[in-house]
Parts: sequence; structure tokens; C-alpha cells
Amino acid sequence: MAKSATKKAKGPSADPNAGKTPLVEMKDISIAFGGIKAVDHASCDLYPGEVVGLLGHNGAGKSTLIKILSGAYPRDSGQIFVDGQEATVANPRDAKGYGIETIYQTLALADNVDAAANLYLGRELLTRWGTLDDAAMEAETRKVMGRLNPNFQRFKDPVKQLSGGQRQSVAIARAIHFNARILIMDEPTAALGPQETEQVGELIHQLKADGIGIFLISHDIHDVFDLADRVTVMKNGAIVGSARTEDVTKDEVLGMIILGKCPDGAIPGPGALAA
Amino acid sequence: MSDIQQEVEVKESALVKFLRATEVDTRMLGMIAALMIIWVGFHIYGQIFNGYGAFLTSRNLWNLSVQTSSIAVMATGMVLVIVTRHIDLSVGSLLGVTAMLMGVIQAWVLPKYLGLGHPMIWIITVVFGIVFGAMIGACHGFLIAYLGIPAFIVTLGGLLFWRGSAWWVARGETIAPVDQTFALIGGGPYGTVGATGSWILGILVCAAIVLALYSGRKQRIKFGFPLRPMWAEYLIAGIGSAVTLGAVLVVNSYPWPKGIVRRYAEANNIEVPAEGLFISHGFAIPVLVALAVGVGMTFLATRTRFGRYVFAIGGNPEAAELAGINTKKMTMMIFALMGALTGISAVIASARLNSATNALGALDELYVIAAAVIGGTSFAGGIGTIYGAILGALVMQSLQSGMVLVGFDAAIQQMVVGGVLVTAVWIDTLYRRKSV
Repeated sequence: MAKSATKKAKGPSADPNAGKTPLVEMKDISIAFGGIKAVDHASCDLYPGEVVGLLGHNGAGKSTLIKILSGAYPRDSGQIFVDGQEATVANPRDAKGYGIETIYQTLALADNVDAAANLYLGRELLTRWGTLDDAAMEAETRKVMGRLNPNFQRFKDPVKQLSGGQRQSVAIARAIHFNARILIMDEPTAALGPQETEQVGELIHQLKADGIGIFLISHDIHDVFDLADRVTVMKNGAIVGSARTEDVTKDEVLGMIILGKCPDGAIPGPGALAA
Repeated sequence: MSDIQQEVEVKESALVKFLRATEVDTRMLGMIAALMIIWVGFHIYGQIFNGYGAFLTSRNLWNLSVQTSSIAVMATGMVLVIVTRHIDLSVGSLLGVTAMLMGVIQAWVLPKYLGLGHPMIWIITVVFGIVFGAMIGACHGFLIAYLGIPAFIVTLGGLLFWRGSAWWVARGETIAPVDQTFALIGGGPYGTVGATGSWILGILVCAAIVLALYSGRKQRIKFGFPLRPMWAEYLIAGIGSAVTLGAVLVVNSYPWPKGIVRRYAEANNIEVPAEGLFISHGFAIPVLVALAVGVGMTFLATRTRFGRYVFAIGGNPEAAELAGINTKKMTMMIFALMGALTGISAVIASARLNSATNALGALDELYVIAAAVIGGTSFAGGIGTIYGAILGALVMQSLQSGMVLVGFDAAIQQMVVGGVLVTAVWIDTLYRRKSV
């Protein structure tokens, strides 16, 4: 409590990103399904080499907001900027064109084909005859998977037959293999054991060091708090607020998630409880 | 622990080791076994009850191959349709209307402008049939993909619509005969490649098998992937070549009927010796068309992006969409391809009949779907093979003509086919549950 009291006096700390252009900026995004406003005038941004945790209850609109960025849902209104330039993201192909890669909560793997086919799905390597170069794709997949999950050997099996962790590593491999600049991880550790979760943590540090911006989505604050530089909290489709993790405590963030109450260390959004 | 492991290893007996070394699909082995049982079964049944086994004769096997062609061509397309979790109930009717239009074009329209028997007539007709089929298929695909109407409904509507149109094209008239060259595509004694042609084809196929195995092995060595043992490579090449050359022997041992030989001899001023002239049929042209379609479709399904996307969409449509695949366009293209193949089948079927009738292709959709499903295509999507569908078509046709040969009642025939279809899918379900 004492710690939070000192922070209360300070307010939000100086922004280390001040003056920099955000890697990606979503402005005033809205989408409604039927009468339900799943995302209501939400804005958020992400800088190079930064991890932003996007938090909220199940149904708060995190996954929907992020699916707009990855091109899976067409937004009703709002703008997306990449490197300060307005971007047209109408479908997943557009998003990939901007270097936005996504690891979906459901993993979005084609269960009936093997790891290499999933890794290269939509971006197959071709021979000079225009046919699939399966051998080259498998060889590359062996390399990537060798880095991510050295024990993985089941390259010929359909991914349906793999364990949860193995499937997860295929999904992760697919997202990072194509020089992603912006990585969206939706509940990336949901299917993982403690050791594999730790590996994902290490991977995030490594990607961060390479200057990749990462959106980390979770309903569990503990997953995110230690990895993220900033957190942005959503409730009922609106942004409650966003804060640097060093300016707030876990309890305060929980307050944001559950009550929509914005602490002094955070910058309040439109969804914040009126003080 | 180690004891159990050892036991498992011992149990992994010669057969399992053999299957792993040759990388043969066990499902395919099962289907070939079923086919052999059907063939031998009908032959023995005929020997016992009719005093004459008619099934395993070169004449019957040759006819069987021709009868299978039309269904087999469409079944290869149906695999892709079912793999993407759709269905096409309209292929029989579409075949009918395409055949009718081709009949009108080659018998009524083109001879007026080009003269009867002009060599361009059959080419224009065939191209028209394939393009027309593809366009109708694309229309179905458009309604399914972009307007969101379920494939079952669109093609059920198509089944009625195109059957009606087939009648409407010529007010129910039968159009006959078709163009002479066109008729060759349907088989018949003249629509074959003869003994020498069959041998040349057979040898080319054997060479292709060896070449494919060789380049496959080279590719694996290049990337350091596990190899088949050498004996397995030789065995596969040997069996493949033996089957090919065996088929050549069978079709070459089926001679032209005496009447045809006499007419042919008269036309070409050949003296017919007293013991008769032995002129082999060789492979029928529709069979070669079906095999070429099978090879082309296998290539498309396994070696190209198009095929990869078909299977990815079948496995998880949402994932395919998220991976950036234009699933709507793919759906439309798959149905257009199905339509084009139906056009090819319409050519084969009407050429074989030497006429176009509005009932041509009736109930074909059910045989085509049955062939695909017996061949291991799963309605859950994502699973199916082209060669499986062709084997499935052969199984269906073998049952059908086998029962005719041994003299089963028409009613019994339908009951047996229905029963076999359900049983085959049940066995397949058991197999899948065990293997996954």
C-alpha cells in the first residue's frame, strides 16, 4: 500500500516513448455485432521493442480489437496507422503485408496437414515449375522448430495429432518466421505447462530485443505483468486506461479490470469509471 | 517398462515394418483387397451357379474400365468439393444438359456451317462442353461462396434446374448419331489405341514410375530426409510396372468382334484368313482420358498451392481465411473445376452412347458421391485422395456390372449397392478411429 501511495503522489511517469512514432496506432476503433458494441471507440498504440499487455475480462473486447488489427474483422469505424501512415487493413493478407502477425487463441491451424504446411500456409515456397516445394518447406520448418522446440520431431504428422504445446509452437513459429514487425499474441500460454510458458517468456524477451512490437493479450494479469512494459485495460468494449507497469501495482490493474477504476499512475480512457 | 516396450517392438511385426518401409497407404491396400474380393467373388459365383465365370475375362474387364471412366472423372472433382465440406448434387443433371447442348451443336448447328464430318466439329463440341460445364459450376460456386447459400441447396436446385433444361433443349428428343470422331472418345472397338499403342503407353508409364521414384529419392537425399530402403523402392517399381503391363496384356487379349473385323477388313482390303483375324482393342480412349484426369487432378491436389488450400480450407476454414487464403474465390474455383470435369464426363457418356438423351447422367451424382466416399473422402472435411475416388468408382462399377453378369435382379442390385455404401463408410469410420 505504501508503494502505491508514493505513486499516487507522482502520477504517470515520464513517457520514454515521447517523440517517437508508434509502430502501430489504432484510433477510435468501433465494431458492433448486431446491437452489441463489442469495441467502442477504443484507441491504443505500440512502439518498437515494446510489449503492451492488453487486459480485460472474457468478453471485454480484447480479442475483437486485435482481430480488427489482424484483418480478421472489418471495423465499423476508426483508423489504423502503421509507422504513422494510415494503413488499409481489410483482410488478413493486408495485415501480413504490413508485417502484422498473429498467434490466435484458437491457434488457427489447419489440423489435417503437417507442421510445414501450416507454417507456410498462404505463403508456400514454390519450385521453379510453380509447384509446391515441400522438401524446402520441411527443411526450413525443421530449422525453425529446432530453435523453438528442439524436441519436436513429428514433421510428417498432421498437427491434429500433436500435443497442445507442440501445436502452440507451430503457431508461434508461423508468426515469427516471416519477419514480423508487429506480433499479436492472444492468450499465447493458455495451452502450455509451466516450463513451456517460461520458454515463451524468453522468446518474448528475445523478440523485444530485435525491436519487434508485441501485443500480449490475456485475461490473467499474472501472465502479463512481468513481461509487459505497458498495460492497456478494456472493459465492456471500451478502454479503461493504460499505464506503464512500473507506475502501477497488480492490485491497481486488477481494479481497472474488475471495476473500471483508473489509478493515478494510469492515463484514463473513455471506459474509466467517473472519479 | 522396458519389457513392455520390447513386446511392442516385437509386435511391430514384419507387416508393420513392411508397410513403414514402403510407405504404402494401408487404406489403399484395403480398397484393393476389397476390389479383388469382389472380382474373384463374382467370377467364382458365376462358375458355381451359372457354370461360367464371366467376370475375370478380358472382355468384361475392358468393358468395366470403359463403364467406370465417366463416374471416375467426376469423382476426382467431387473429392475436392467434399474435402472443402461442400457437396455437389447437380453433376448428373449438369452432365445431362451439357450432353444435350453438345448434341445440338455437333448434330444440328455445326454441320450447317462446316459440313458433316468436318474435323473441327468434335473439337469445338468438346471445348464447348468443358467451358459450359465450368461456367455453370462457377455459377453454383458464386451462389455458395458469395451469397452464402448452402451448397446442398444450390446444387439440389441445380439438380432439378439442369435436368429440366436438358429436356427443354430439344423438347425431350434424342439426338443421334453424334459426330464420328467425337464418338471415338466414348470407346467402342474403334475408340481404342490398339495393341501397339497400348504397349507403348504401358512402357512409358513404367518409365514414369521409375523416374518418379528416382527423383523422389534424389530430393530426399538433397535435404537429408529419411529414405526408403532400396528393396522397397525396387518392390514399388516392380509392382507398379507389373500392374501396368498386366493391364496392357488384358486389354490386348480382348479382340474385336467378328463383324467389326469383317467390315474393317473390307474397308481396308485386307484378306481375312480362315481362322479369323485377331485385332486387339487395347486401351479404350475414355479410360485414357480418365487416367489423364486422375494424374492431372492428383498433381493439382498434392503438388500445387490450389490443392494445398483446398485441404487447408477443409481442415479449418477459419484458419485458412486467417492465413490469408481467399476462401470464397477458392470455393468458386473448386465448383468451376467440378463443372469442367462434368463436361468431360458428358463427352465420354454421350460419345459412348453415340447419342444425347435428356435422361443421360440421371442418378450419376449419387454414384459419384458414393465413389468419393468409398474412396476415403470424409464428409467432415479435409481428408480425401484422388486415387481413392477412382478406386471407389471402380468398386461401385464392379459391383454394378458384376451383379448384372451373374444375373441378380435389378431390385437386389440397388439394395446391395446401398448396403455396400453404408458398410464401406462404417468400416472407414472404424479405421479412422483406430489410426488417429
